[in-house]
Amino acid sequence: MIRCENVKKSFGDTEVLKGITTEFEAGKCNLIIGLSGAGKTVMLKLLVGLMKQTSGTIMYDDVDFNSLSDEELRALRMKVGMLFQGSALFDSMTVEENILFPLELFTRKTKAEMLDRVNYVLERVNLEGANKKYPSEVSGGMQKRVGIARAIVLEPKYLFCDEPNSGLDPKTSMVIDELIQSITYDNNITTVINTHDMNSVMEIGDNINLLHHGTLVWRGNKSEVLTSNNEFLDNFIFASPFLQRLRNAALGRS
Amino acid sequence: MFSNFAFHFGRYLELLGDAFSRPERLKIYWRETLRQMDDIGVGSLIIVAIIAIFMGAVAAVQFAYQLDGQLVPSYYIGYIVRDLAIIESAPTITCLVLAGKVGSNMASEIGGMRQKEHIDAMEIMGVNTAAFLILPKIIAAMVMIPLLVALAAGLAIIGGYLAVVIPETIPSSAYIKGLQSFFVPYNVFIMFVKAFIFAFLLTTISCYKGYYVEGGSVELGAASTQAVVVSDILILLADFLIAVVLTG
Repeated sequence: MIRCENVKKSFGDTEVLKGITTEFEAGKCNLIIGLSGAGKTVMLKLLVGLMKQTSGTIMYDDVDFNSLSDEELRALRMKVGMLFQGSALFDSMTVEENILFPLELFTRKTKAEMLDRVNYVLERVNLEGANKKYPSEVSGGMQKRVGIARAIVLEPKYLFCDEPNSGLDPKTSMVIDELIQSITYDNNITTVINTHDMNSVMEIGDNINLLHHGTLVWRGNKSEVLTSNNEFLDNFIFASPFLQRLRNAALGRS
Repeated sequence: MFSNFAFHFGRYLELLGDAFSRPERLKIYWRETLRQMDDIGVGSLIIVAIIAIFMGAVAAVQFAYQLDGQLVPSYYIGYIVRDLAIIESAPTITCLVLAGKVGSNMASEIGGMRQKEHIDAMEIMGVNTAAFLILPKIIAAMVMIPLLVALAAGLAIIGGYLAVVIPETIPSSAYIKGLQSFFVPYNVFIMFVKAFIFAFLLTTISCYKGYYVEGGSVELGAASTQAVVVSDILILLADFLIAVVLTG
C-alpha cells in the first residue's frame, strides 16, 4: 500500500498539488484521473520519486519514501516497476535485452536463469518468440506489452503505469487493461495507473482518485461512478451528451 | 551572468560526483565501456587520419615555402613539423575535431534518452544514470583519445614527409635528419597531458549538456551545438594554460 498525507507540490509560485491525502491499495488497480493540467503526471512523478514534494509525506507501506538514504532508495526501487506513456524501451536493444537489462544489473542469476525469467514474462504478456525483435519492429501495443514485461521482470511490489492506453486502439487498450489487472491481482501488486481512458475507469477502477486543479475531489470505485452525484466526476466522466444518455439509460432515468 | 555560470558549474560538479560513484555491476559497465571505445576510437579513426595527414602536409609545404632562400637548413622542416605535430596540432586540432564529432554525438545520445524517458526508466529501476551513462564514456574517451592523438602526430609527420619529399622540395634524408634532430621526450609528455585533459573536458561537457536537456528537438539540437562550442572554447583555454604551466 502507498499512502499520501497532505502532499503538496509547487513550481515557483504555482501550486500544482494542493494537499493530496489518499491511499493506493495493494492488490488493486488504483487510478488517478482528471482533466489535463489537473496534476496527475506530477502526482505520479512524486510517487515514483522522479520529483520531490514541497511538503507532505508519501509512505510505501510503513516506509517514508523521502526519508530514505540513497542505498535504501535504490533497494526500494528494485521493488518498483513502471510502464511509461511512450514505453521508454531502449531502441538499440532487442526486446530480450530490454527485459534482461534490470536482471543483469540487479540480480545474481545465471544467464540461463535470466533468460528463463525473460521468456516467462514475455509469455505472461503474450509475446512469446518476440525476443530478438527491436522496439521499432513491433507495434505500439506490443511495445506497451514489452514495457509491462520489463516492469514486472524483477517481481515488483509496486507498479506504476503512465497513460498505458494512450495512442492505442480501443481493442488493444482493453488487452493492456486486462493484462495490468490480471498481473495486479495474481501478484498482489499495488498498481497505480494515470489515465484518461474512460473504459479503463469503468473496467479496472478498483480505487479511483479524481484530481481537479491539484485537489482530490472524489474517491471511489468503478461501481460508484455511475451512482455518484459528484459534480466534478459528472463533468469529467460524463462530459459528452452521449455518455450522459448512456448513464441515464443504465440507471433507468428519463 | 555570474549566477548562471555558478549554477552550471555547480551542477556539472554534482553530475561528475554522481558519475564517479560506485557502479552497480562492473560487467555491464565494462561492456558499455568497450562499446564506447569502439565508437570513439574506431569510429573516429578515418576522420582523424585524414585531418592529421593534411595537417602535416600543409605545415611541411608552408614551412618549406617560408624557409626557401633563407640560411636555415632544409632539414629543419622535418624538425618543425615533428614538434608542431607533437606539441600542438595533434592534440589540439584532433580534440577540436573530436569535440564536433564525438561530443555532439554524446550530447545527442544522452539528450535523446532524456527526452524519450529512457533516463527516467533507468532511475526508477534504481540505476545510477549519471554513472551508467557517463562513466563508460569518460573512461573510453580517456583511453582512446590519447591513442588517436598519438596516431595523429605520427600521421602528420608522414603527411609532411609525403608533401615535401615526393615533389623533391627537400631530399628524404634531410627530412629524416630533421625528425631525428633536437628531439625532446618531454614534448611527448606534454602531448599526452593535453590529450587526457581535452578528452575529459569534451566528454564531460558534452554529457552534461545532453543529460540536462529539456524540451523538444530544437532544444536537443541547441544542446548538441552548445556542447561543441563550450568544449572547443574550454579546450583552447586549457591548451593555453597547459602551455603556460608546462613550458612557461
